[in-house]
Amino acid sequence: MNPLNLQFVSTMRLGVKSLMLHKLRSALTMLGIIFGVCSVISMLAIGEGASYEAQEAIKKLGSQNIILRSVKPPDEAALSGLGRNMAMEYGLTYDDGARVQKTIPGVVRVLPVRIIREDVNFSRNSIPCQVIATWPSYTEITGVDVLTGRFLSETDELTHDNVCVLTVGLARRLFPYQDPLTQSVKITSFYFRVVGLIQEKNMPEQRTQAGKMEGEALDNNVYIPLSTARSRFGDVIVRRTSSSMEIERVELHQLTIQMRDVAAVESAEPQIKTLLSHFHNKIDYETIVPLQLLRQAEQTKRIFNIVLGSIAAISLLVGGIGIMNIMLATVTERTREIGVRRALGAKRRHITMQFLVETVVLSVGGGLIGVAVGVLVPIVVSQLTTMRTIVTLWSVLVAFGISGAVGIIFGIYPAKAAAKLDPIEALRHE
Amino acid sequence: MRTAEPIIRLESLEKRYALGGESEVRALAGVNLIVNPGSYVAIMGPSGSGKSTMLNLIGCLDRPTSGRYFLGGTDVSQMPDDELSEARGSRIGFIFQSYNLIAQLTVIENIQVPLLYQGKDVRAYHDHCAKLAETVGLGNRLHHRPNQLSGGQQQRVAIARSLVNDPLLMLADEPTGNLDTRTGLEVLELIDRLNALGKTIVLVTHDERIATRAHRVVHMRDGLIEREVVNRAEPDAGGGQIATPA
Repeated sequence: MNPLNLQFVSTMRLGVKSLMLHKLRSALTMLGIIFGVCSVISMLAIGEGASYEAQEAIKKLGSQNIILRSVKPPDEAALSGLGRNMAMEYGLTYDDGARVQKTIPGVVRVLPVRIIREDVNFSRNSIPCQVIATWPSYTEITGVDVLTGRFLSETDELTHDNVCVLTVGLARRLFPYQDPLTQSVKITSFYFRVVGLIQEKNMPEQRTQAGKMEGEALDNNVYIPLSTARSRFGDVIVRRTSSSMEIERVELHQLTIQMRDVAAVESAEPQIKTLLSHFHNKIDYETIVPLQLLRQAEQTKRIFNIVLGSIAAISLLVGGIGIMNIMLATVTERTREIGVRRALGAKRRHITMQFLVETVVLSVGGGLIGVAVGVLVPIVVSQLTTMRTIVTLWSVLVAFGISGAVGIIFGIYPAKAAAKLDPIEALRHE
Repeated sequence: MRTAEPIIRLESLEKRYALGGESEVRALAGVNLIVNPGSYVAIMGPSGSGKSTMLNLIGCLDRPTSGRYFLGGTDVSQMPDDELSEARGSRIGFIFQSYNLIAQLTVIENIQVPLLYQGKDVRAYHDHCAKLAETVGLGNRLHHRPNQLSGGQQQRVAIARSLVNDPLLMLADEPTGNLDTRTGLEVLELIDRLNALGKTIVLVTHDERIATRAHRVVHMRDGLIEREVVNRAEPDAGGGQIATPA
């Protein structure tokens, strides 16, 4: 081993020995750094996890999509008391879909969705459901797993066929004993032949739209061809509550517009708004651009990370000040030893190194323990709660790096102070 | 005339301390002294006589205000700090009144400390250090801590430590001041033995009886050498060279 390395190793051993002389003090000093590093890692892990979930949810909407939804205009809602039995007319229309498809550049396809709340019956089972009337391309745009049978087809759409596809959960409740594919369900007075079972990959967004009733299973969806829905149920929705009846006339609840690429999304959005504003004299729809939401979520995440990071960094700083404080006390306490070492031939830099090594051992040791605890805490948090946590490598590296830097920065002053001592004064020190 | 270079040659060495404002103290007022290889010199004097200042200067712990100090032929009087450290580590062995061992290190590790600062491979010198411990009678205590040793034993570790770099000069500051008479005597006998082996020794003491063990006693007063007393002939020096009092 070359002499430099050797000296480093022996300085290191000496540093550890000196620290072991005051175990409790060293441990308490380390604790500051441990908490600091641990909080940096776990806070960032929790933040990362939270934003990951938000971003996943948004990504599922499709970053190439623009979603239009019918919204009941607020003034209309207030006035609804006027004509109790008058139908309220609002929302997106079939024509809107066709116009968007024809006029907006970069549109690949438009997917209309109409949602009807009805009970679905089989035998004696009656389950309140969302009847989702849509086109076959639904599977490609929203992401659906076909488990058995098939989804709706073009032919179904053309022939206004009474066929339906059920979510697997609903099928299990409706047909506890039968094979669903051999059966038909009854919606209002019409029978629909079951042709397939699916599993929605995403949380169906429509749920919030029509699922106004609380306490029902979330994946009770029945899919039927849009043309069938129009000819069987019409455009009027009658909603009965205990005391009143609401009648709404809504053609479509949602239009999902799939754009050619992400770039087209941004230019198309204002164009769509302008187009619709010519045909809607009130704002009875909303535009959701997942891409923008995603960007916002990323922005939020950045701010969140900065805030969390700063809080954690402050705790590291406090830890560093703790180290400096202790080291200053140690230097005073060991003034005599410093004098002796100087008399025995130690140069100023030897003394500087010796004390610097001690602070670095404290901070890096604390950092390592902090990393271990910091990786563990998020795991425990995820176990105990439903919160998702993601420990990123960079947060570990940053936290550990800062702890090392803190050790050096806060170690330099005490170490320099020790090296500056006059050997004669130091030897005389009691 | 001698041919060998003296270990210590002080030429009108002065040390003044500013006391704030205009006033200053002349702790050393122009001292001339020569210590030849192999000699054993005791420095005596009341407090305030300048003997501590002289000890610090001889020990390269401080620099004179004026005058020159040759240590083994090298002028160390205006050396920069790092070189002074080097000189202390390689040429001088310190023995203090209060032993000054490092508490967290064992006997052998304490003996090794000066090696460390000379950049030497401590492991290569393990046997050397163990032998030194043997020489001072602590061969069986290598892995004890200072607080497990008696005062006399600690001082003997300090003596072993002072020898590790084979210094030109051993500098002892009241080495028996903290010891009882009997253990003090043992330490002094050890120093005598080292001198007999050819080590040059400068010893500061209050005690007349200790001073008589030296070849020569330098009495100081008011920053000057008041007188020198030759107890016995210095080895190989024909009565030694006595610096004239300034």
